[in-house]
Amino acid sequence: MTLFGWGVLKGMGVTLKNFLTSYFRKPDEGGIFTVQYPEEREKPVENYRNFPFLVYDGTPEKIRCVACGICERECPPKCIHIEMELDAAGKPARKPAVFDIDHGLCMNCGMCEEVCPFDSIFMDHAFEVTAPERQKNLVRHKKELSKSNEYFKKIRPALASAVDQKRKAAEEKKKAAVPPPPPQSAGGQAQTTAQGPQ
Amino acid sequence: MLEINFGPQHPSTHGVFRMTVQLEGEKICGLKPVFGYLHRNHEQIAENLPYAAIMPYTDRLDYVNALANNFGYALTVEKLAGLEVPERAEYIRVIMAELSRVVNHVTVIGFMLNDLGAFFTPLLYAFRERERILDLFEAVTGSRLMNNYFCFGGVKRDLTNADLAAIRKIVSRFPAFLEEFEALLTKNEILCMRCQNIGVLSGKAATNAGITGPVLRASGVNYDIRKVDGYGVYGRFDFKVPLGQKGDVYDRFYVRVLEIRESLKILDQALTQIPQGEIMNKRSPSILKIPRNFKPPVGEAYGRVESPKGELGFYVVSDGTPQPWRYHVRAPSLINLTVLEEMCLGQKIADAIIILGSIDIVLGETDR
Amino acid sequence: MRGVEFYVDMIFVTAKAWILALLGRFLPDWLIVLASITISGVAILCLGPVIMMYLTLLERKLIGRIQNRYGPNRVGIWGLLQPIADGIKMFTKEDIVPAKADKIVHLLAPIAIVVPALMIFLVVPFGERMTAVNLNIGLLYFIAVSSITILPIFMGSWASRNKYSLLGGMRTAAQMISYEVPMTLAVVPAIMMSQSLATNTIVLAQAGDYDLHWFIFTPWGLVGFIIFFLCATAECNRPPFDLPEAESELVAGFHTEYSGMKFALFYMAEYMNAFTLCAIAATLFLGGWQGPFLPSWMWFFGKTFVLICVMIWFRGTFPRFRVDHLMGFAWKFLLPLALVNILLTALWQFTSNLAAWFGSILVLGVSLWILVRLNRAFVPEKRSYPLEG
Repeated sequence: MTLFGWGVLKGMGVTLKNFLTSYFRKPDEGGIFTVQYPEEREKPVENYRNFPFLVYDGTPEKIRCVACGICERECPPKCIHIEMELDAAGKPARKPAVFDIDHGLCMNCGMCEEVCPFDSIFMDHAFEVTAPERQKNLVRHKKELSKSNEYFKKIRPALASAVDQKRKAAEEKKKAAVPPPPPQSAGGQAQTTAQGPQ
Repeated sequence: MLEINFGPQHPSTHGVFRMTVQLEGEKICGLKPVFGYLHRNHEQIAENLPYAAIMPYTDRLDYVNALANNFGYALTVEKLAGLEVPERAEYIRVIMAELSRVVNHVTVIGFMLNDLGAFFTPLLYAFRERERILDLFEAVTGSRLMNNYFCFGGVKRDLTNADLAAIRKIVSRFPAFLEEFEALLTKNEILCMRCQNIGVLSGKAATNAGITGPVLRASGVNYDIRKVDGYGVYGRFDFKVPLGQKGDVYDRFYVRVLEIRESLKILDQALTQIPQGEIMNKRSPSILKIPRNFKPPVGEAYGRVESPKGELGFYVVSDGTPQPWRYHVRAPSLINLTVLEEMCLGQKIADAIIILGSIDIVLGETDR
Repeated sequence: MRGVEFYVDMIFVTAKAWILALLGRFLPDWLIVLASITISGVAILCLGPVIMMYLTLLERKLIGRIQNRYGPNRVGIWGLLQPIADGIKMFTKEDIVPAKADKIVHLLAPIAIVVPALMIFLVVPFGERMTAVNLNIGLLYFIAVSSITILPIFMGSWASRNKYSLLGGMRTAAQMISYEVPMTLAVVPAIMMSQSLATNTIVLAQAGDYDLHWFIFTPWGLVGFIIFFLCATAECNRPPFDLPEAESELVAGFHTEYSGMKFALFYMAEYMNAFTLCAIAATLFLGGWQGPFLPSWMWFFGKTFVLICVMIWFRGTFPRFRVDHLMGFAWKFLLPLALVNILLTALWQFTSNLAAWFGSILVLGVSLWILVRLNRAFVPEKRSYPLEG
């Protein structure tokens, strides 16, 4: 209608409709979809990408990271700092002694996850990382960053099971490539074959 | 003659942006934009990083729609290195780019109405729709805003059937929102009074200044890079380009609303036509795994996309090493700002803010 | 024997009479008069700020619901303690006065704006016998006192010694003065028809079979109500006329340099003004405290509440007017319309019902058409958007 003032009244009708439906509709259909944090929390989707974490199999000693330093080199804002652990003889043991990520620099790009050849660093869902001051607690060390494979399966089930299958297939291929020991006796051979694929 | 500063701290300048305005009474007789408060050395940083590592930084240029920036950069490097993109990946790219265009236009319209004084109501209605699209981005790419989703030769993750169903649901619900929005505001007398015949830009002046995007199309010039270049698979979709006739603030606002409708049409067609197949070129996984081995041949390339703000161009010069020799971003927000003074002369002080809002600048892009 | 409704209706009046009777045992007569005034005064002084506090909460909740979100709901159930938290915040803020500002005027301006806002409460008929001071010239008093609020705004902007405040204050003063004129003219028909300036008499003049005699159900009453309501919105600086408080404009308004309790006083004055203007609108056009079944004061507060919700609805829906559009609207549209309205009232007094309706609609239609033609700038243009392939 071309009555002067009609546009204004139509606008008021729209807001009234929204006002009334905000009481009745469900969040999905145009009602209020506020989540009253922290009493209610939404579960993050699997692919949600936040700060990185290191995976260990079983105990924190069996951390997958070998301190190769590729993620440290490839990280665009250079927020990772790694120092290789030296064993008693002074030779590099393939484990990190120091693995620091500065959360003040990390931009959650996910490049460390993409370039790691040992499936040891992945992106976590933990967004409630807080610190009372900027200089404290924003650099997280190896102990806080290491989380178990079970945790990884819980937050990212599809990716975790794909990685587990890949690692299992690679291990089997390695076992199959190793030649079996020469047969000593009938019992011994039976034992070897029985022990074959697990 | 009064000289006033619309300082870097102002609720309506869309970021840290300053305008020095010379006033005579209520009328503007001179205006100078001052920017650079958000300069972050993006181009310099890129000269020291391998090509794949620059992708997360391009997200942060136009932070409202990160996927368009990713698209432009990926296109440029593919031109430089001669990489082919499989078909399914092309369709996914178009879907993501159009969703991102919808997000941007909805945000811009909401903020422009906020500057006009409609106390957040249209903004929050627009954001209600935007939330659904951002939830989809989170499920597919991993992050709501800084997506980092494209790679050279394809995209990083596939769209599952659940994601496609979610996109179909979003697309089917959008027209209802647009109807409500138009009923709320398009014929509103107060809005029309404030926006019509304000900040008029003629088509000739716009073409001379190098303006692109909805600002140019609202002045009546038919130039849309999706039609002109036909990059990706845009040539296969049937969509129209809305043009304005007057070139004022109201036209720029309404052209964006019409562009949302056209994007919804493209999304519909892309969702029905999307084929099964690979999402990455054969070389892409190795580029992602070991970025330092990717050395494109010596040469230069300029790739451009129709970002929701205009023509977003990337100019990359390679010298055979893993890092680019020179990297430059043609930011549409910066180029579109050059006509701000011309549009504002003779208007009242209250209109300067609205005209700035209708050009749609993002400081991340302007200052890089 | 009077029914229960009568006693509920008279509950405040009887309470006051009971207190006065209690005091009358041991106080002389002239002190009783003083006590009576004090009780009314104290009641209004308590009512005013409490209304203002809960009005701010109501506004935030309603606007939240319009915008599809909850309003404040953290402080107390449903946010009911939020105004108290806001009050504590206002009290404990530092009071900053610019170094070169005029300190005395800077202090006086917020005080001078709150006092008239409270004074208007005196002539508002809250219920059947609950007008605090039943003046013969109640409406004239209301118009006079509500015009005082323009001066403290100018005082505040001048005393701040800030060129942006000054520009903002002058614009506000111009806006408020311009909207006083159509407001006064819109009130004239109600006075003409009820032949009195006393607010209670105007309410009684709207009595009649089943509340169909409220002034809003007549053509001149409807037009008068709309004009009065729009002018009232402009007088309180509420959206869409809220240029002084516009955060997205350059000038932050006359209260830029105020913080803490002084700002709280400006804020309080705005909301109390909004309440009283809605209350007067309800009195003049909507039949005041009249209504079936419920006590009179409940009807009164209900009607005022509905009008305040409409003001909040305006806030959630409309963008702002620009300053020249604002003035143009008042002088070139509302003022001629208010004059035509007076003509319609005169027509109503002299002819019978059906002919009067017909004549009124004819005159209104013609005058609106002429006004819209003359005010080209307000009418939206038709645009077309070609779609090129």
